[in-house]
Amino acid sequence: MSLLTLDRVAQSYTTRHGLLGRPTPVRAVDGISLAVEAGRTLGIVGESGCGKSTTGRLALGLERPSEGSVRFNGAAMPAPGTAAWRALRREMQLVFQDPLGAMDRRLTIAQQVAEPLDIHSIGDKAERADRVRRLLVDVGLRPDQAARHPHELSGGQRQRAVLARALATDPKLLVCDEPVSALDVSIQAQVVNMLTDLQAARGIAMVFISHDLKVVRQVSHTVAVMYLGRIVEQGDPEALFADPVHPYTRALVSAIPVPGPRRMPRIVLTGDPPNPANRPAGCAFHPRCPVAVAACRQAVPPLETLDDGRQVACHLASSPTRIAAA
Amino acid sequence: MVSVADTLIALQDLQVRFNGVPALRGVDLTIGAGEAVGLVGESGSGKSVTWLAALGLLPATARVSGRVTLGGEDLLAAPAATLDRVRGGRVAMIFQDPASALNPVQRVGRQVMEALRLHRGMDATAARAEARRLFELVGIPDAGRRLDVYPHEMSGGQNQRVMIAMALAGEPELLVADEPTTALDATIQAQILDLLRRLQTELGMALVLISHDLGVVADMCSRVCVMYAGRIVEQAPTEQLFARPAHPYTQGLLAALPDMVGPRRRLAAIPGSVPEPWNLPPGCAFAPRCAQASAACAVPPAFCAIAPGHIAACVQVQAAEKVFA
Repeated sequence: MSLLTLDRVAQSYTTRHGLLGRPTPVRAVDGISLAVEAGRTLGIVGESGCGKSTTGRLALGLERPSEGSVRFNGAAMPAPGTAAWRALRREMQLVFQDPLGAMDRRLTIAQQVAEPLDIHSIGDKAERADRVRRLLVDVGLRPDQAARHPHELSGGQRQRAVLARALATDPKLLVCDEPVSALDVSIQAQVVNMLTDLQAARGIAMVFISHDLKVVRQVSHTVAVMYLGRIVEQGDPEALFADPVHPYTRALVSAIPVPGPRRMPRIVLTGDPPNPANRPAGCAFHPRCPVAVAACRQAVPPLETLDDGRQVACHLASSPTRIAAA
Repeated sequence: MVSVADTLIALQDLQVRFNGVPALRGVDLTIGAGEAVGLVGESGSGKSVTWLAALGLLPATARVSGRVTLGGEDLLAAPAATLDRVRGGRVAMIFQDPASALNPVQRVGRQVMEALRLHRGMDATAARAEARRLFELVGIPDAGRRLDVYPHEMSGGQNQRVMIAMALAGEPELLVADEPTTALDATIQAQILDLLRRLQTELGMALVLISHDLGVVADMCSRVCVMYAGRIVEQAPTEQLFARPAHPYTQGLLAALPDMVGPRRRLAAIPGSVPEPWNLPPGCAFAPRCAQASAACAVPPAFCAIAPGHIAACVQVQAAEKVFA
């Protein structure tokens, strides 16, 4: 049984254009199904506005989906704010991109890491202090850094402190939303290694949200590619990035600037990422798709499973024209 | 390297201090006409400060020394009027976040026309026609009408195109692009890089690309400089640098990048973090993080030549060279 399942989850918001504009519903997430196993990592990639962060918030139960259901550990997600929901907070934690924004600048690192323990009344005072000490060691901070304030640490050290805090309650699930995007390359590698080590040691399940395909490939056991609120391709990261099937995934993979010779010709998509408030008919990707056919303008392609086990939502995915066209 | 005749701009021993704290510790860099040079490094390595200092864009608290020669003139000693003519004229600069570089309460066309009036003395009609041509050149669809919109009405990618159009207004010989695609999505980044590459070849303009992304620089530039703690530590033709990095820092940076193909391996992270500028180690600034460091690293390393156009500032490299010699 999966630790976390999202079943045909959709989330709509209402926006209005200008002061007097008519409110229009925006489907940020549009009927996605995902599963995360204990001790495994699900990577979610996509461009801004594709709904990947909303998916993370739905997975944590921070928002109630307008359609579909979220189940954690076999039980339905309780409504936000209820006692059951509060109790569940210690089981699941969130790590953001900007560690400075996620910390209280007036508290020391040790105080911040101890906060979840205080909130969930875990252990007595001595036990808490001891636990904080061990957590800081686990994330690679020095004992003397416990008394520092966030501004006295570097970006990488702050992200370590945020992770220590997230791990304080020994959660089963960690949702990381762009956790290393703000870090320099050399520090990014340190934090990525630490995340995989912590997962191996503690058996934590992770949802790893990022726009950086290289990092997602590094940490994930399964990858879901999102476009405009839907999953367009999902599968094993090595297979998916080595031979992407969906034209959007192909473009994303080909657009990664790599040092050294590139393996596939670059596909430069025309146009901007579309606005979720103004979703194109049919396949949402068709206005930018280099291989779109008439069917793409009319019908939404369902997510279908291919022979190698990966799922793709593209009219051309299983047709023999795919290889010819791409 | 660049021959003297082709030299467009030369930075010699450029140093910058903020309140006594060194930010740039002697940068020598020559950019040839029409050349694309990449500047990579982590935050705080001085890659942006180098060009802000060269163009006189740093606040008065910064102490700048050295020489920046453009067309026989030292920009650091030049009067404000000269700098006003150079900036946006012979040398243009674009930044990471187009939304904050554009004036939010002015139509984008007017902002481009302002540059055209200042640098090319055009009247309103000519400037508008030229602004429209520039919008078409940078690939803004429906250029005529887009002149009259405000920055918030355009996407991040389109705003960056406006910034590039504005930079081109003065017909620059050098475009300094400081992390031009860092704030953009992957597919939009590919569009903007494509545009910059096309403009660079079509207009014969030199390009300095500042980026933390080794991949972006590899894609765009023929020569790369790697910076660390306010200095250039290695400089080489792009292919040479990625095939045979000599400086341990460059080697570490490349090893720290996750691969996109092949089996997944544990990342080789560089231990520790960049030293604080007020607390630099004596000698090589990278030594405390370097696996190859020895007692010899306690003195500042000089550059040594490895191959034509390939230099690195590391005593370990020097030692290796001596063995070969």
